[in-house]
Amino acid sequence: VSNADAVAAVLWVGVTLYAVFGGADFGSGFWTLLAGNGERGRKARDLVDWAIGPVWEANHVWLIFMLVTLWTAFPEAFASVMSTLFIPLCLAALGIVLRGAGFAFHRVAARRSGRRLAEAAFATASVLTPFFMGTVVGAVASGRVPVGNAAGDPVTSWLNPVSLLIGALFVASGAYLAAVFLVSDARRFSAPDLVGYFAVRARAAALGAGVLAIAGIIVLRSDARFMYDGLTSEGLPLVLVSLACGAGALILLWRGARRGVRALAVAAVVAVIWGWGAAQYPYLLPQTLTIEQAAGATETLTTVLVVFGIAVVVVLPALAFLFLLDQRGILQEEGES
Amino acid sequence: VSPELFPLAADLGAARSQMAFTLGFHIILACIGVAFPAIILVANYLGLKRGDAVALELAQRWSKVAAVTFVVGAITGTVLSFEMGLLWPEFMRRFGDVFGLPFALEGIFFFTEAIFIAIYIYGWKRLSGWAHFWTGVPVVLAGLGGAWSVVAANSWMNQPDGFKLAADGTVTDVNALDAFFNGAVGYEAPHMILAAYIVTGFLVASVYAVGMLRGRTDRHHRLGLLIPFTVAAIATPIQFGVGDTAARSIAKDQPIKFAAMECVQTTHRHVTEYIYGRCTEDGVKGGIGIPGFDSWLVGFSTDTKVIGLDTVPPDERPPANTLLHWAFDTMVGICTALMALGAWLGIAWLRRRDIPRTKWFLRAVAVSGLAAIVALECGWIVTEVGRQPWIVYEVMRTEDAVTQADGVWVSLGVVLVLYTALGIATVMVLRAMARRWRAADDFDVPYGPRPAPGQPEAPQ
Repeated sequence: VSNADAVAAVLWVGVTLYAVFGGADFGSGFWTLLAGNGERGRKARDLVDWAIGPVWEANHVWLIFMLVTLWTAFPEAFASVMSTLFIPLCLAALGIVLRGAGFAFHRVAARRSGRRLAEAAFATASVLTPFFMGTVVGAVASGRVPVGNAAGDPVTSWLNPVSLLIGALFVASGAYLAAVFLVSDARRFSAPDLVGYFAVRARAAALGAGVLAIAGIIVLRSDARFMYDGLTSEGLPLVLVSLACGAGALILLWRGARRGVRALAVAAVVAVIWGWGAAQYPYLLPQTLTIEQAAGATETLTTVLVVFGIAVVVVLPALAFLFLLDQRGILQEEGES
Repeated sequence: VSPELFPLAADLGAARSQMAFTLGFHIILACIGVAFPAIILVANYLGLKRGDAVALELAQRWSKVAAVTFVVGAITGTVLSFEMGLLWPEFMRRFGDVFGLPFALEGIFFFTEAIFIAIYIYGWKRLSGWAHFWTGVPVVLAGLGGAWSVVAANSWMNQPDGFKLAADGTVTDVNALDAFFNGAVGYEAPHMILAAYIVTGFLVASVYAVGMLRGRTDRHHRLGLLIPFTVAAIATPIQFGVGDTAARSIAKDQPIKFAAMECVQTTHRHVTEYIYGRCTEDGVKGGIGIPGFDSWLVGFSTDTKVIGLDTVPPDERPPANTLLHWAFDTMVGICTALMALGAWLGIAWLRRRDIPRTKWFLRAVAVSGLAAIVALECGWIVTEVGRQPWIVYEVMRTEDAVTQADGVWVSLGVVLVLYTALGIATVMVLRAMARRWRAADDFDVPYGPRPAPGQPEAPQ
């Protein structure tokens, strides 16, 4: 394995973490958007609030990790993507600002109107951000990002069938993961009515994501043949794993099982991301720029790997400490606030 | 539609304006993020050591304020990492692998900071006093490390190192560690970190000075003024020395930036130091001139030769020299005034163990926070505008780094509106928090403790 491949794998770990944790966070916002203003909608929103409270900042960290790794290790790819896809990336950044500000302010806003506004910003941006991220992924996957400074088409590169479908798929898979997590959270929150509420939504989102995935494969066949071929050859085992996990999670959800649903749902998403990676390999920008071609200076790649090692040693224990305290309820208050 | 009427086309001016505006906004929150945890821990330490409930209450409230500013800092920081590629793709394409390392390190520090700030803010009630105090220490250390790393990237742009250029301009022989430990980081990073402590200290103190001017002179307000003020007052004279060293280093390492800051047109000795005044090609018009002092500041002798702008062609000189000169003088002037303010309290404290009794002292503290922010922005203008027309000093021009994508004018417009709203909302939220504390009403913050399971928070 070359250094460039190793760094690409590290980058893919970042993509996976962002898709799972960030996706679930975005998905939680999706459900608050649909929750409505009734009594049950309010309770659902409270649960979302309670569930993503302490760990939501991780979202930014995975994204920044991806951006920094990309520009340090694969500057050519970073520059090409960021310039051709200027419009959807600006819209995604806009969404990140609105979402973060909305989440931060809605808990402290003094007036009801301010709180409503903050909640609306949070919920709307939670849908738009992953959608535009998905269109970016679709543009890359369908080979619409040529090498160069804004060398691709500024509009059709991301407004095309593949991009739109992957955008929708990102929203749906985030909503699916979020609903699955929220079912467990509702049990911890001692809110039995919300268990059923989110179980129904998890099933609906699972079916939605499944339909979009199948539609995506059909569109890829006509619009991005290279990716289709990759997903049906090198990537096929992982696609099948994803299908099996997705179906397994759906069955468990139907039976109301307490254990295993979350693991299977996460596995379904992780498998499809690595299947995508396998299908695209050895390209970073399919059919125009390989990982080796995009790689920066060899010495920098080594340094990136060392820094990644340091990050694992420093950050993981700290993160484990945070989760430990959280699980033990040390970060919660008893009764009164 | 003609491009003049609707300027959608790629534009260097729009890209520079957007970068300047978003960075100028983020830098205030970054300063608070770096320095506020230390000030909170000072209050926390005093509270625990002396069993002082007022100090502990201040620390707890400040940590809730820090939660809000930390979030706004995180999102505006995320936008900046997008903008590196959205606005400057050619810069990142050529040099991403040279100076990317500091950002990777900053990422680690930021992650550590985010984790421990969550633990610290969540842990107020359930962790024991000192255990809780120690969970705050990594936040302070990570803030220092993160600030050092990010400034290392900026100082690399001023003093690029860790690579060689082939005859055709290709970057070779990359050494990311040499890039990290470039020639300017040794003075730029401490200068920025001290600025963070000064801005945050005076800003927090100014809030309590306003409260005292409105008649709330209880111990809560006095301590709320004294703790951050003391931290800032200690940092200010150190900053004066560090800044002086930085200016002398810039005169040596980036003489054209220095010449633009001081409006030195031709290389000569016995250079007059002008305080303010208008920069023209024939020298400074107006302003207060001190003969020979500029030479003396550069080399401790009025006989020191100072490099002038005429040593480089006009298209390699920074724009807006009067703005640069004024920004530099304003920064130094405000720092001097803040030092005097610190001395005022110091003398009063030595004599009477008390804050000066006159209202003029409180009025001065009340404006010191905004003054420190003005100084911060002025310093940033000197660094960034003074480096122009280079994005990498004497290696790459800013106009060669900019995106060819259309629509930067539109994104600039959106950013102006969005950040103005974000700034207003942040201030409104913080003011609402203060009002509710005065009404003794507790509430949730982004990182604040959750209600226990089964007991969702009461609707507002």
